[in-house]
Formats: sequence, structure tokens, C-alpha cells
Amino acid sequence: MKAPDFAYARPASLDAALALLAEHGEEAAPLAGGQSLVTALNMRLAAPRLLVDLNAIPGLAGVSEEGSIVRIGAMTRHRDVGTAAIVRERLPLFAAALPHIAHPAIRNRGTIGGSVALADPATEWPACCLAAGATIVVLGREGERRIAAGDFFLGLYATALRPGEIVTAIEVPVPGQDAVWGFDELARRHGDYALVGLAATGRRAGGGLADLRLAFFGVADRPVLARDAAAAVEAGDIAGAQAALAGELDPPDDPATRAATRLHLARVLLGRVAGRLRGDTVTEGGRNGV
Amino acid sequence: MASENPDREHAVAFTLNGEAVRARVPARMHLGDLLRGTFGLTGVHLGCEHGVCGACTILVDGRAVRACLMLGVQADGAVIETVEGLTESGLIRDLQDAFHARNALQCGYCTPGMLVTAAELLADEAAASSREEIRAAISGNYCRCTGYHAIVDAIATTAEARRDARREAVE
Ligand SMILES: Cc1cc2nc3c(=O)[nH]c(=O)nc-3n(C[C@H](O)[C@H](O)[C@H](O)COP(=O)(O)OP(=O)(O)OC[C@H]3O[C@@H](n4cnc5c(N)ncnc54)[C@H](O)[C@@H]3O)c2cc1C
Ligand code: FES
Ligand code: FES
Repeated sequence: MKAPDFAYARPASLDAALALLAEHGEEAAPLAGGQSLVTALNMRLAAPRLLVDLNAIPGLAGVSEEGSIVRIGAMTRHRDVGTAAIVRERLPLFAAALPHIAHPAIRNRGTIGGSVALADPATEWPACCLAAGATIVVLGREGERRIAAGDFFLGLYATALRPGEIVTAIEVPVPGQDAVWGFDELARRHGDYALVGLAATGRRAGGGLADLRLAFFGVADRPVLARDAAAAVEAGDIAGAQAALAGELDPPDDPATRAATRLHLARVLLGRVAGRLRGDTVTEGGRNGV
Repeated sequence: MASENPDREHAVAFTLNGEAVRARVPARMHLGDLLRGTFGLTGVHLGCEHGVCGACTILVDGRAVRACLMLGVQADGAVIETVEGLTESGLIRDLQDAFHARNALQCGYCTPGMLVTAAELLADEAAASSREEIRAAISGNYCRCTGYHAIVDAIATTAEARRDARREAVE
């Protein structure tokens, strides 16, 4: 199908973009990578009157290390997030998630800011942000707001972003020396949206694990931290952790994949990732997560 | 820049298969339609028009991109190559020969997208080795005819031949 009629503007500064969004209110939408928005336009699932293209605004793309923080500009393409030297070194969790996001041509164009703003519950970046304790930086006409990932994702395609605001960056704390991480996902085909996914962070303490954060995606209306399961894994009780998931996840039920199936798959993933976090299993390319 | 202000149509100037081109483009027209309709580049195949099938894949500034998910007005300032340009330049001659030799196409609908996706993969000398990597790279390109094996064969053969050629050049 073809997109409905709309106007388009490509402002050269954040101020100009914010002014356009303010002037046109609900009728306007920011355009980032377009890998979800243009899809929705072509299918006539969205009908904004004005697209405000963020692609010509300087300074919105790129990855930098600032003290104990890695700052990822909102317009950084998926591919450039996951392949950046700083990310591969400091945030291996994000690098590991990259190959699971769609396909090369979509990763070349889609942006991390777009993914975070869209908040599709079956996607990788929001869960990585939650697991890593990231902060979402947003800018509006009233100024900047910094929102913890845990407070940012509010539901199905729902975020704390206010009308007229733009996501400008994702800030991720650099994990410490003893940090561990894990990522895995099950999808029907390589690159499909996840049936179930898990992004995990924590640290080694004594002989075990501490501060474990298990961010599941595809199993609720937003990425969720499975806290009871994390406590059980820390206590060394993987079976108990898997059992705890029933009370923590709320998987969608659809004819292609029943809620019970997703819950089962979430337990399978937890078993795999927890095993790797504890160093029980060796995967290709070395010990994932250690 | 006129496109800083909202309009339902914008002027664009970009490099298309090595030539500087200009056009006036309605905002709602996707790049695939611009390349096919205005510039007659019908090697840009449109299947799904929502990013899933990969038939419309082109190179924008050297990277594989879905032509159906970029707006025509966003071509402004870009360097764009379609399968026609890649063919004319001879850059994918070996890949095309391998597709032919391996029967990696039947109806040919997916072929331009496959070639462009493979062209990006093969340009990265560090990648494009294992069949697994090749399968992951073309995971976003549907083929309803071949069953993919022959396509993976053709790309793997080309990758190997290019690797050998590079090794010989060094020796
Ligand atoms: C076939 C296919 C498969 C895919 N598979 C996956 C997958 O497996 N995993 C995955 O994560 N994604 C997947 N995607 C989606 C893709 O990753 C998108 O790139 C992403 O969801 C949105 O990012 P974008 O930059 O393309 O945003 P756009 O499509 O440009 O925008 C998305 C929404 O966010 C808003 N927006 C964008 N940027 C900002 C900003 N900076 N501030 C405020 N609002 C903003 C827009 O107004 C719009 O509402 C897939 C897409 C396709 C077509
Ligand atoms: S037509 Fe663009 S991906 Fe199918
Ligand atoms: S050859 Fe027919 S779709 Fe691939």
C-alpha cells in the first residue's frame, strides 16, 4: 500500500525541530530511521500530517564515553551502536543484542532512539536499557528530562515521553570490573521480533552472583525485571528461579504462540542465560557473560 | 535549505548510480517509487512495501537500505546505487556469474535485493565467510522459489574466490 498524504520538514537544529513539533502538536511526528514509522505509514496504520525528520540535526548520532557513562546519541543507527568500539568494550550486552535486531538493511537505518521512543515490548534495546540501568535523556521546549529506563517504559508502545519531546540520548553506566552479562532470544526466524528474550546484568560476588537484573522482553506489555527469579538465581536455585517466572511475567496469548508456550520458553532462556552467567556452560566464542 | 520548512513536496538532488540527478518529490512517495517511477530503475523490486521481503534493497551511502522504508525526499544529498548501477560498474560481475552458475534464481523477483544485500556483505572483507553468516545476512530477503541453498552457495563461492584473489595479490 501507499502512505497517506503528509507534509515533511527536515530541520537543521534541535530547536527548530522542537518548534515544529510544538506548533503542529499531535498532528506531527518525529521521523528517525523510519523502519517502524514508514512501515506504519505504508500500511496506513499511522496518519500524521507532518513528519519532522531528525536526520539532519547535528550531534544526535554517535557513541562517546564520558566518565563512568557511555552516551549513545538517539540517532545512532542500530548497527553503529552494536559495532562501536566503546560499546564492544564497555557494553558487551548491547553488542550481543545487535545481531538479533531485524536484518542488516534495517539495522543500517533504524535508530536506538526510535526503538526506545516506540517501546515495542518485543524489542531488544528497551530490555538492554532496563537491564543495564540506563537513563533516557529527552528534550522538550521546557528543557531536558532524564528518565530511568525503569520509569520510561510504561506499557504497549507507551512511554514517559511527553508530546513534543524528543529522545536525544541513552546514557548507560559503565559496568564494573566484576560485572557479568548475558543475552539470548528465541524467535521464529533469525531477525524476527522476539517470542521471548532476556537481557541480564549483574556482578560476581564471592563464589556467586549479586545485583542480578533479568530484563525479559516479549512476555509482557513492556520489558520487565524478574526480581524474584533474580534473587533465586543469586541464591543458586535455578529451578526456583524458573518457577518464579509464572508470577512475574504476563505473556501475550495469541493463536500462533500461546501464553503458556512463551512462559515455557522464558524458563528455557533463563536456564541458558543463568548457566552462562554462572560459568556452567561455554558457548561459541568463549564464555558469554563472564 | 527549502526542506527545513514543512511542505508536501520538496526538491532533491542526489547521486544516482554515479550520476548527479534532481527531482521534485511528493513527501509521501517512498524512495522505491521514486527510483522506479521517475528514474525508470525497475530493478528496484517492490514486494511488501513494509520492510519484510527485502526485494527493494538498494545501497545508500554504501549501506544496504530498504527503498520502501525511506522517503524519496530523504534521498537529498545521498549517494544511491541500485542493482542497475552495480551491474554497470562491474562491481558484482563475479557474484552475478555465481548466481547464474549455481541456479540461484528462478523467477528472479528477489534477485536484485539478494545481490545488493550480498554486495554489502562481500564488501566487508572481515565478514562473509561461513554459510551461517551468509544465512544471517540474507535473513531479511525472501525467496519463494529457490529454497535459499543455491543463493548461499553463490555468495559463498564468490566470497571464497575474492578471498583467494586477495591472497594471490598479497603473495
Ligand atoms: C521487517 C522488520 C523487522 C524488524 N525487527 C525488529 C527487531 O527484531 N527488533 C527491533 O528492535 N526492531 C525491529 N524492527 C524495527 C526497527 O528496529 C526500527 O528501526 C525501530 O523500531 C524504530 O526505530 P527508527 O529509528 O526506525 O524509528 P522511526 O520508525 O523513525 O520512529 C518510530 C517511532 O518513534 C518516534 N521517534 C523516533 N525517534 C524519536 C526520537 N528521537 N524522539 C522521539 N520520538 C521518536 C517516531 O515518531 C515514531 O512514532 C523491525 C523492522 C522491520 C521493518
Ligand atoms: S518492498 Fe521493501 S522490503 Fe518488501
Ligand atoms: S527466485 Fe523467485 S523469489 Fe527468489
